[in-house]
Amino acid sequence: MWRLNPSPEVLGSPGAGSHVAGGRILLPCGDSAFLVELPDLNAVVAYYRGLTGAGAAASLSAPSGIIDVVPAARTVLVTFDPGAIRPAEVRYWLESAEPARARVSSGREVIIEVSYGGPDLAETAQFLSMSEAEVVNLHTNSEWTAAFSGFAPGFVYLVTTHERLRVPRRNTPRTAVPAGAVGLAGEFSGVYPRSSPGGWQLIGTTTAALWDASKADPALIRPGDVVRFVEA
Amino acid sequence: MAIVVVNPGPLTLVEDLGRQGWASLGLSPSGALDRQSLRLANLLVGNPVGAAGLEILLGGLRLRFVTASTVAVTGAEGIVTLNGAEITLNQAIRVAPGSVLDFGVPLFGLRYYLAVQGGIDASKLLGSSSTDMLSGEGPAPLKSGEQLGIGRVSNGSSAGTGAGHLNNVAILPAIRRAPDPGRAITARVDRGPRADWFDHDSWRRLVSQDWTLSPDSNRIGARLVGRPLNQTRREELPSEGMVLGALQVPPSGLPTVFLADHPVTGGYPVIAVVRRADLDLLGQARPGQRIRFLG
Repeated sequence: MWRLNPSPEVLGSPGAGSHVAGGRILLPCGDSAFLVELPDLNAVVAYYRGLTGAGAAASLSAPSGIIDVVPAARTVLVTFDPGAIRPAEVRYWLESAEPARARVSSGREVIIEVSYGGPDLAETAQFLSMSEAEVVNLHTNSEWTAAFSGFAPGFVYLVTTHERLRVPRRNTPRTAVPAGAVGLAGEFSGVYPRSSPGGWQLIGTTTAALWDASKADPALIRPGDVVRFVEA
Repeated sequence: MAIVVVNPGPLTLVEDLGRQGWASLGLSPSGALDRQSLRLANLLVGNPVGAAGLEILLGGLRLRFVTASTVAVTGAEGIVTLNGAEITLNQAIRVAPGSVLDFGVPLFGLRYYLAVQGGIDASKLLGSSSTDMLSGEGPAPLKSGEQLGIGRVSNGSSAGTGAGHLNNVAILPAIRRAPDPGRAITARVDRGPRADWFDHDSWRRLVSQDWTLSPDSNRIGARLVGRPLNQTRREELPSEGMVLGALQVPPSGLPTVFLADHPVTGGYPVIAVVRRADLDLLGQARPGQRIRFLG
């Protein structure tokens, strides 16, 4: 994980180079962003929660001038307005933030009702050497954490504490997965916010609106949230 | 209080200054590609700088004004006519009811911006009426026969006067001429997070050659053609957050500069990032135009 580090004197600007701080690597990303690289997805979730307060809008705990805090698989991207905050202040915030390992009390919990029995439930159960009921039980009894968004507004990659539901993507992606489809792929579970092509194994559907552009808060699930699935 | 779209041209969109700060939900910032030109157009008609206007790609737009209005056209330079008579760009123009405004193909630059006093009244998502071509959020591209509402946004100094722009003269930004398609555009770059994924010569190649803008470019990204950059690390990069202006380099070695409707994450390494202030120029670059990076 080590990269070439410049001398500390030149670290004032984000263009200056990478830097190791508390197991994090701060990578330069132009004149108004840092990319923080972390060892794994668990570290990303903990660090993101530490920066933002779990599930809360980034602006609640970020210094003013921070624009976006974007978690991904191994990184957190932080963009800022260089007219409103100095790069060194952003760097200090990123270096001194404590990861929040456990869900903090301000974290949001989202309950999603699912009608199980999706087109890939039988195949998923077979792959995992379980009954369909066991797949459903495991999916509903696991606590899922929203790790990061992507793919479409409102789509969130959910992870849990075990890998017993880990399944490969479908060999041939579907050309149209309906909105509300609940799926599994790799270590992730997720809900399609809109109809789109997709290769996830579909185990159920929900009527919950994952993305509602008419609302002031259009995303049902935000990174950092805890998600529980219940049978409809 | 309306404008009729007689002909939308190749692509005319409602854009304001976008919706920053929602990348963690998967939303691009969106907004006018040439932000300075939209700001100027708004100031000229007495609107707040972030009021919604029209972004007109390659002209072709014909509008009929049902009600009297004050408008300004900025950005690209070409022949724009009101009832057949050429208008002056970068200036507030009074428009009588029934007038027809026609946009010719630009001679310089690529995108005109039209501001209407009061702003274009369109649906909002997270505070912005911008159309995002990647997610499909925001108002749909303009269609023939569609009626556009005019809003009531005001900067407080212009209500109903039709000459509010006079109050803004002191704070008008300098007019930046649209780039000459026959000359290279220069954009400054800073090091990106994965610059070390490329061989030593790649950075030199990035900043020493003239790149050419590919016709495949759009609001999501400016695709570049030139001598390819050479990635030395072969492992797959897990998807990571992408900034506006990122030069993302796929295995072909030909970079794409991420513009306003860019995906919020991506899986190809970013060698460099274009300075925000220089992205407006890229929004005016025409297919085939040469682009130089200064880094």
